[in-house]
Amino acid sequence: MTATRDLGEPAVEAEKNRAGPFAPPPRRPWRFAAGAGRRVVVGVPYLWLLAFFLLPFLIVLKISFAEMAVAQPPFTPLVEWAEDSLNISLRWSNYQYLFSDALYVTAYGKSLWVAAVSTFFCLLIGYPMAYAIARADKAKRAPLLMLIILPFWTSFLIRVYAWIGILKDEGLLNQFLGLFGLGPLQIMNTDTAVYIGIVYSYLPFMILPLYATLEKMDLTLLEAAADLGSRPFKSFLQITLPLSLPGIIAGSMLVFIPVVGEFVIPDLLGGPDTLMIGRVLWSEFFSNRDWPVASAVAVALLLVLVIPIMIFQYYQGKQQEREGRV
Amino acid sequence: MQMPAQTQPAAAAKPNKVAAWRDPDAVPYVRIDGVTKRFGDFVAVDSVSLNIYRGELFALLGGSGSGKTTLLRMLAGFEQPSEGRIYIDGVDMSGVPPYDRPVNMMFQSYALFPHMTVEQNIAFGLKQDRVPKGEIATRVEEALALVQLRPFAKRKPHQLSGGQRQRVALARSLVKRPKLLLLDEPLGALDKKLREETQFELVNIQEKVGITFVMVTHDQEEAMTMASRIAVMNHGRIAQLGTPSEIYEFPNSRFSAEFIGSVNLFAGRLAVDEPDHCVIASEEAGCDIHIEHGVTGTVGQPLWVALRPEKMVLSKRRPDAARNLTRGRVVEIGYLGSLSIYHVVLDGSGKRIRITMPNISRHPDEDITWEDEVWVTWEAGNAVVLNQ
Repeated sequence: MTATRDLGEPAVEAEKNRAGPFAPPPRRPWRFAAGAGRRVVVGVPYLWLLAFFLLPFLIVLKISFAEMAVAQPPFTPLVEWAEDSLNISLRWSNYQYLFSDALYVTAYGKSLWVAAVSTFFCLLIGYPMAYAIARADKAKRAPLLMLIILPFWTSFLIRVYAWIGILKDEGLLNQFLGLFGLGPLQIMNTDTAVYIGIVYSYLPFMILPLYATLEKMDLTLLEAAADLGSRPFKSFLQITLPLSLPGIIAGSMLVFIPVVGEFVIPDLLGGPDTLMIGRVLWSEFFSNRDWPVASAVAVALLLVLVIPIMIFQYYQGKQQEREGRV
Repeated sequence: MQMPAQTQPAAAAKPNKVAAWRDPDAVPYVRIDGVTKRFGDFVAVDSVSLNIYRGELFALLGGSGSGKTTLLRMLAGFEQPSEGRIYIDGVDMSGVPPYDRPVNMMFQSYALFPHMTVEQNIAFGLKQDRVPKGEIATRVEEALALVQLRPFAKRKPHQLSGGQRQRVALARSLVKRPKLLLLDEPLGALDKKLREETQFELVNIQEKVGITFVMVTHDQEEAMTMASRIAVMNHGRIAQLGTPSEIYEFPNSRFSAEFIGSVNLFAGRLAVDEPDHCVIASEEAGCDIHIEHGVTGTVGQPLWVALRPEKMVLSKRRPDAARNLTRGRVVEIGYLGSLSIYHVVLDGSGKRIRITMPNISRHPDEDITWEDEVWVTWEAGNAVVLNQ
């Protein structure tokens, strides 16, 4: 049985030599067509980003440099033609105003804090769940993931309203506690309610990327660690946890970033002292009708979020380059 | 894979004194005692008993599903035997988890920790045992020197070639100086040329460190070249146990004859059975086969005769031999440089056999070529009788 293969080998070798250095390069006529097609395919997402991200952002940026006016729309134009001169007026006052009033700085601080605490709790609850799903039998993984995604089938808003029904003073939770003679607990309209709402709503965004990294981990690494004398918990700390770091980072970003700008949950569940930047933005825009300040708040929020992420990605890219992984 | 025993210098660990397995007083270092492993209804390992002695390079050889890897994983502690016990250096390993066993394993995929450097990978096992820092550094350094990877200490696994990774895996499993090193298809992921070089390197390292090795392989050539003894496994049982040459020259069954090297098997019936010789009538061979020893059997009983391709001789002229002589036609010739493989179809039975002949002269007078009618003969002592 083995010799038949040996008999075949010299022939294969000869074939290789024949195709060797003097063989003409293979022609690929489809290459030229592919150039145009590729540009179209790559161009579509760029157009999308241009139309739905960059353009709106530039409009917001423009408004942030304007001044409030009783007009339609309610701000002064940036470029004005008056008395034979073209006036371009960029006003920094809106941005200065953000720092002059402690309200804004407090709101930014509070938003970052709430986002950080929520991300922490999402990680604390999400990691064991993702771990359990990733290590479950293959047949059970799909239904378990389905359960994580299932809440998305109901509108986000309705789910937050449902929490009002649970958390309010005479709500389900307090009725239940009342059976044991406990409570009632004042949760509704406090920070606690906001944390509960946020962690509940954003948990899937933490679990899914964590699951993805944990699921593809090579389990023989844990066997190797055990073989080298590491007990299961130490193996988790030394192998599983560091290897799931990309999932932790991805999940944390997916939770942290939208939570900073979250409006609905603090508005519905929070109390008057839950002053998050999303609510400030909303009231500037709709109550005060001060579009320029609202725009400045939005641009500043973007900077607060984007700059740290860009720095982080720059260093991560550099590190990967150093490790030759790119 | 051309007859490793003949064409490859044997690199196997040479026992200096009497081999331990021939010494009735020798105490086995690893004792596998009636071990069975079941997965549901499937019996992966079927009541295997095996003694392995200190300093051996022992090979478990078998195809996929033969139970060799399951047996290795039971030695490592990743699987617990359903029945039976395993003793390592006299200590019963039942219920001892992998992290408490004096055993290390080199994984087939190497299982290097991707987030650690070569150095950290090798130091990992020592750190688990809380070896003092200074000692870790010197022992890692020694291990790196042993596998010639000093310049790569700060690299991560993905920056290494396959051969380098294999050596890191070896260093990592050796650095704890285990009582027993398990190797799961240690050369399986390397290409052919590197594999041959590494075979010798592994044997040399094993001699240098003096640790008992048990390796699993499906590659008979690898097992023959490296091992001091081989257990051929089939369907969860040990089909044959012996040194490479014992298994090659004296296979005890059709399975091990066919698994190790290549072999021509002739079915026949016992025709004459005397104490000093026997004759097996074989239609397949086209002649009566004379054997130089008696067999314990009844006349008429079906038997098989195994003949290695290199132990048969081809010639165009009728040789002088009066016995063990048959005729055939050459249908295929494979020229391998040092030797040629001839496929011969025997007259009468039409059985296709393989014969290898060394290419001794550059211009043989009697050049055998395709479609030649040839005589096939062999020495009576070269045939092996098999009854199963």
